[in-house]
Parts: sequence; structure tokens; C-alpha cells
Amino acid sequence: MADTADLSKGLPTNPEKATLEGKNKFLGMFVFLAGEVTMFATFFGTYLGLRDGTAGGPEPADLFQLPLVFIMTMILLTSSLTSVLAVYAMKKNQFQKLKLWMWVTFLLGVSFLSLEIYEFVEYYEHGLGYTSSAFASSFYTLVGLHGAHVLFGLGWILLLLLRYRGTGVTLSNAPKFYAFSLYWHFIDVVWVFIFTVVYLMGIGA
Amino acid sequence: MDPAWDEFIITGEPFILAGQIAILVTTIGIIFILTYFKKWKWLWNEWITTPDHRKIGIMYIIASLLMMIRAGVDAMMMRTQLAAPNMPFLGEAQHYNEIFTTHGTIMIIFVATPFLIGLMNVAVPLQIGARDVAFPFVNNLSFWTFFWGAMLFNISFVIGGAPDAGWSAYMPLASNDLSMGPGQNFYLLGLQISGIGTLATGINLVTTIIKMRAKGMTLMRMPMFTWTTLITSLIIIGSFPILTVALAMQTFDRLWDAAFFTLQDGGMPMMWVNLFWLWGHPEVYIVILPAFGIFSEIITTFARKRLFGYTSMVFAIAAISGLSFLVWVHHFFTMGAGPMVNSFFSISTMAIAVPTGVKIFNWLATLHRGRIRFNVPMVWALGFIPNFTIGGVTGVMLAMAAADYQYHNTYFLVSHFHYVLIAGTIFGCFAGTIYWWPKMFGVKLNERLGHWVFWLFMIGFNVTFFPQYFLGLDGMPRRIYTYFPEDGWFSLNFLSTVGAYMMGFAFVLLVYNMYYSYRYEKRETSGDAWGGRTLEWATSSAIPPHYNFAQIPEVKDQDAFWQMKQEGVDPNGVEEYQDVHMPNHSGNPFVMCVFMFIGGFGLVFHWWTIGIIGALGIFACMIQRSFSRDDGHIVSAEEVRKEEAEIREGQANENG
Repeated sequence: MADTADLSKGLPTNPEKATLEGKNKFLGMFVFLAGEVTMFATFFGTYLGLRDGTAGGPEPADLFQLPLVFIMTMILLTSSLTSVLAVYAMKKNQFQKLKLWMWVTFLLGVSFLSLEIYEFVEYYEHGLGYTSSAFASSFYTLVGLHGAHVLFGLGWILLLLLRYRGTGVTLSNAPKFYAFSLYWHFIDVVWVFIFTVVYLMGIGA
Repeated sequence: MDPAWDEFIITGEPFILAGQIAILVTTIGIIFILTYFKKWKWLWNEWITTPDHRKIGIMYIIASLLMMIRAGVDAMMMRTQLAAPNMPFLGEAQHYNEIFTTHGTIMIIFVATPFLIGLMNVAVPLQIGARDVAFPFVNNLSFWTFFWGAMLFNISFVIGGAPDAGWSAYMPLASNDLSMGPGQNFYLLGLQISGIGTLATGINLVTTIIKMRAKGMTLMRMPMFTWTTLITSLIIIGSFPILTVALAMQTFDRLWDAAFFTLQDGGMPMMWVNLFWLWGHPEVYIVILPAFGIFSEIITTFARKRLFGYTSMVFAIAAISGLSFLVWVHHFFTMGAGPMVNSFFSISTMAIAVPTGVKIFNWLATLHRGRIRFNVPMVWALGFIPNFTIGGVTGVMLAMAAADYQYHNTYFLVSHFHYVLIAGTIFGCFAGTIYWWPKMFGVKLNERLGHWVFWLFMIGFNVTFFPQYFLGLDGMPRRIYTYFPEDGWFSLNFLSTVGAYMMGFAFVLLVYNMYYSYRYEKRETSGDAWGGRTLEWATSSAIPPHYNFAQIPEVKDQDAFWQMKQEGVDPNGVEEYQDVHMPNHSGNPFVMCVFMFIGGFGLVFHWWTIGIIGALGIFACMIQRSFSRDDGHIVSAEEVRKEEAEIREGQANENG
């Protein structure tokens, strides 16, 4: 399985792909994300099919506040950037920097999630309960599923940071940090689609 | 929903009572045997926690056979009920509805899919010259999600009540208003849990096949079964998440009153039908393509010829997989999508016949002038070609949207999909199991019994389903639990029931053969039981050593092992042994999946506390896993050398 790499000259430049196990994780993560694409695509399709089914309740244009959603978008995009900086530090074997940027990513993720919870509470107070209409169910499920992914990602990076707090970059943890960063980019991309399809098209229509 | 305790366990049905007693007796029996023979530790260490792809494959196959017995009993009960007009056998329509629902769901989700995944697990890593799959831990997890998902679905008929909305669970029939009680919840959560495992297997196999092939095995030198596995895994990744979403939405509708499929709140019942078949049709190819791969392996081995048209086979599989996503509307032509839409899906459906036809002719051309041996796997493969073609031709008839208004919802359709699923998938599962049986257990299944099983099953199958085409043309609708003497459907139905019992008897004989052969058949001495052509037959012993190959063979040809034999190369003639890195055992997946079962069971009955306990347990297992150190272990070169020497010594004694 994992052929160990030659470490006599220090860590290789791509520590995440130096072993067979790392290569497998790298490809496996991409294939997993392909499955996630199918899942989100289905939810997007469902949302587009059901967003007019408001059953006399609140409609998208009554609810969405672009400034808030714009701030959320910026926060999440920035967190994607900080995770890139973390991986960049990892490739240069700078473990302290890796940890620092991952912690920044974590905090940005937490603030994104807090704003999303605040947003949902606002909508609820405006009369959009989960069971109010087909629009409500599909909106909360699509955006909520994305939020759940953010939450899962936060738990993931937290565990990685706690477990590897003093180990330095190794051939066994580099693929793990790298897989996390792939996942984090993916949920960022999904958010860009949510921003466009749900919010911009919701207000424009 | 909070059912009273006296309604919790189903009572008052003689067949269900028999089922309850059987479950109780079997459980006590298993516990007794394991305790008496002190096998608990062995079971845990050797099987439950194993990362070994071959053992996981065997567990998949055993579990699928058990599920086949369950769903097969359902089929027998249906056929008995329909044997004559006004039969009082099952009593009422409700019981019949539950039985056809569980029969269909179990046969597709818990028999066909896992059976083929089991065979993939056994054969694919060996065929590509790998020591295991890419993610052995995940592989174990996949099996246990399937197993516990299946258990959750199956206990429904003794606890709480079985689902009764058909395997396709259309809304609003499957909604709280029309399917009261917890039955449908069992369906939703059981399928959801096992679906996780199917998706994980897809990811695992794609990664394995792309990254872990032996040196020299280019994509176009891969054995055909590996090719079909790769494409099937890609279809799984493109389609199973759709089922996940659809099931989740129906679950939310039923448990938390969401409004996805309810008209009065702006929802769309047709959305369910579309999503279900957007998964459902690719699923059909998930269970047929691997069977095609198995037949390709068997036909080349027993015709002792190279596969005819290898490249066109690969392109045909790829074309079928692409088209499989473009035909889902043909399941509901009659729902009124309009002539343009129906025409499109009519044509795309018929187009699938083209690559499938290419494959049929390739198999025939492979047989042409081959030196054919009629061993049992081969007779299954030869039986497959004409029987499957009947199913395919009637499929093209059904694809004509205008004519479909006549066939829709009749026994014509029932017969069609049984012809493709039994003559394709089930024949393939049996053929593959018999073919790779020596690889799994070191012994061949008895050939004499095997031929009896084939002929009984094949004739029984035709006696069962051929009359159903005519019943359908005669107007008999599917899913009815009885009919009147004046309908004129008695004689053909009776014939069909006779055939069903033949198939049932053949299946019992097949299972008996497994026992008989294990007791009495001669043990295989070499890894090459059938004169094989691909790498799984190149192992040093009949049952491959746990590291599969002491040294990964180098591939120079599409029929890698055949070419080695032609040139007199010994794949096991290792000059210098090397350390082998192997994965560790882990009990984590088993425990995690038990928590999935517990959580799912809680949700079925709206017992939120139990649901939350299940979820917390799952997360605890994930955290435990991420903090545990697991870099596998090294089997030293010396140990490998010793084991190989022992194998050779054993073979020398056998032959000397």
C-alpha cells in the first residue's frame, strides 16, 4: 500500500501526494466531491422547481437582504483564500504557518455559520417556517444542507488541528489537510451557486 | 406517532407469526452455535473487523443470498396468491401490497446491487494485481452500512408494519395521509443507510482501479469485468446521490411535515417520480453492466478465445452508461408529458438497444470457432444470451411511447423487467459466484448438481415469466391481489406459479450444492481452477494469500495470465521478496453502523431521543477514528517468503 517516500533529503515538495495512500486520498476526495456535485445539483433542481410554490406565504423577494448575504459571501471566499495560504505553507514545510492559516479559516467559517443562523432566525420571524410552503422547505433544505457542510468542515479541521498540534508536517497528515482544503473549496463553490441561483435570481425575479 | 406497545409487534397474521418465530429460533440458534463452539472471537477478529477485500466480498455474497431467500419467499407467496381466481391464501389486499413492495425493494437494493458489489470485491483487486482496495477501512464500513440498512428495512414486517407503497414509493401514495404507520419510514431510512455504503463503494472502486493497477496494465488492457466495474462505479457516483436527496425529501415530508411533494402547499408530487427514476434507471444499468462483465470473463475463459471486439465492448459500456441518464421518462410515458418529450425519451430508450446489440454480437463472435467447454458457469452464460435478448426485444416494444399506453402497468411490463433482471443480473450473479467460488473457498461447486440447478432454474424462469407477457397483453394489471374466474387469466397464472416453484426448488438446490461441495468436493491445488486468462487466476494458491501477490506481476497483454502461460512465465517465481504493507483490522465501522441502525430505528417511530443517541454515536465513532493511529502494518519479506514456501510445499505434497 503506502510506499514510503525517501525522506533523507527532507520533506518532498508535494507531501500530500508523496505516498500511494496520499495519491489515493487525493483522487478519492475528488470522486467523493463528484458525488456531492450530483447531490447539490439535485437540490438546486428541486429548489428551482419549487421556488414559485409559496402557497400564499412569504416570497423570495420579500425576504432576502443582499447586504447580509454579500458579507457572508465575502467571508466564505476569504476563508477559501486562507485555506490556500495554509496549504501553501504546508508545501514549504512551515507547520506553524499552516496552523495559523487553518485557525483563521476556522474562525471565518464560524462567523459565516453564525450569520447564516441569524439569517434563518430573521426569516422565521418574518413568517417563513420550514413547513410553510414548498419554497420554504426547499430553500431551508438547500441552504441548510450547505450550512451543515460548513459545520462538518469546521468539526473536521478542528479535529485535525487538535490531533496534529505538535507533530509538524508529515507524509501521513499532509494528505489530510489537503483533502480538507479541497472540501472547503468545494463548499465555497457551492455557496457561489447558492448566492447566484437562490439570492440574486430570487431578488431579480 | 407513538404506537401502543401491543401494536408495536405485529400480531394476528399467521405468516408474520411464522416469520417472527423463525427469526427468534434462528437468532437463538446462531448465538448458541457461536457460543458452543467458542467462535465469537473468531467471528470478530476474522470477519467483522476485516479490511480484506475477499472476505468483505464473501460477506456481501452471503448477506445477499440471505436477502434473496427473504424476497424469494415473498415472490412464492405472491405467486401462490395468484395461482387461481379468488384465492383466500393471503386474506386481504394490504398483505399483498406489503409483500410486492418488500419483494421489489429487497431484490433491487439488497440482492442485486450488493451481490454484484460482493463479486467486484472478490475479483477486481486480484484482476488488476492489487493487494487490496484503495480504502480498506471504508470498504468494511460500506459493507456494514448495507448490512444494517438491510436489517432496518427487514425488521419492518415484524415490528411496526411493512411498507406498502410499492418499491417506487410514489407520492402522495407514500405520504402520511395514504401510508399511515411507520412502514414507509422503514423503507426511507433503511435505503438511506445502505445507500451511503453503495456510494462509498463506488468511490472506493474508482480510486482503486485508476490508481492501483499492476505495472503494464493500461486502461485498454483491463479485464472486461474491471471495465464494467469502473463504469458502474461512475454511474453510482452520478446517480445514487439523487436517491439520497429524494429519500431525504420524502423523509422530511413524512417526519417533519415539509412540503416538497404536497400539492396544497405548493409542492409537486411529480418531482418524486422524476427524481426516483433519475436514479432508478441508471440503477438498472448498475445491476446489469457488471453482469455483462462477468459473462465476458466466463465466455472468453470457456471458449478459450480472446474476447471479440474488446474496444467496441468498452465503447458500448460507456455509451450505455451515458444513455442510462437520458431515458428516465420512459417509466411514466402515460403521465402526459406531451408528444415532444415522449418522442425524445422513446428514441433515447431505443438507442440503448444499439450498444447492447453490439455486445450480444461480440459474445456470439467470441463463441464462434472457440473450443467451448460446457462447465456450469459457461452454461449460465450461454443461457443468458437468448433469454436476455427476449427481455431486450420486449424492452424496445415498451419503448414505443404510443404503444406503451397499452402495455403500461400490465404483466407485460412485469415480465419484461424480470426477463432482463433475472436472465441478466441473477444469471450473472450465479455464474460469477460459481466461476469465482474456487477463488473464495478453494473448492469448485459440484458440476452435476450445478447443471441440474441451471436447467431447473432456466426452465422454471421461462415457465414463470413467458406466460406473463400474454397475461399482460390480455389486460391483467400488475399489483392486483386477486382476479375473477370470468377474467380468463387462470390457466396462464397457474402455469406461472408452477414455474415459480421450480425456480424456488432450483435455488434451494444451489444453496445445498454450496454445502455439499464444501463437505465433499476435491480441494483445488493451484490458483488456476478453470484455465483462466486474467490475473486473479495467477495467485500462488487456490485461495489467494492475504497479501494476494508476493510480487505484483507485470502485465504485457490484455489476457495477462494467458500470455504468461503461453510464454512459460511463472507469475509466482519471485527472486527477491519484499516487505508488504497491509491495512489493519478495525471494529470502528461495525460500531458506527450499529449506531446508524439505532438512530434510524428511533426516527422511524419519531423517538427523537433515540435518533439523537444514534447520531451522537456515529460522530463519536468518527472522532475515535480520526484520533486513532492507523498506518497499517508491514508483513516482512521473510514472512512472505515462508508463506510462499509453505504453499509450494503443500502443492508438491498434493501432486506427489
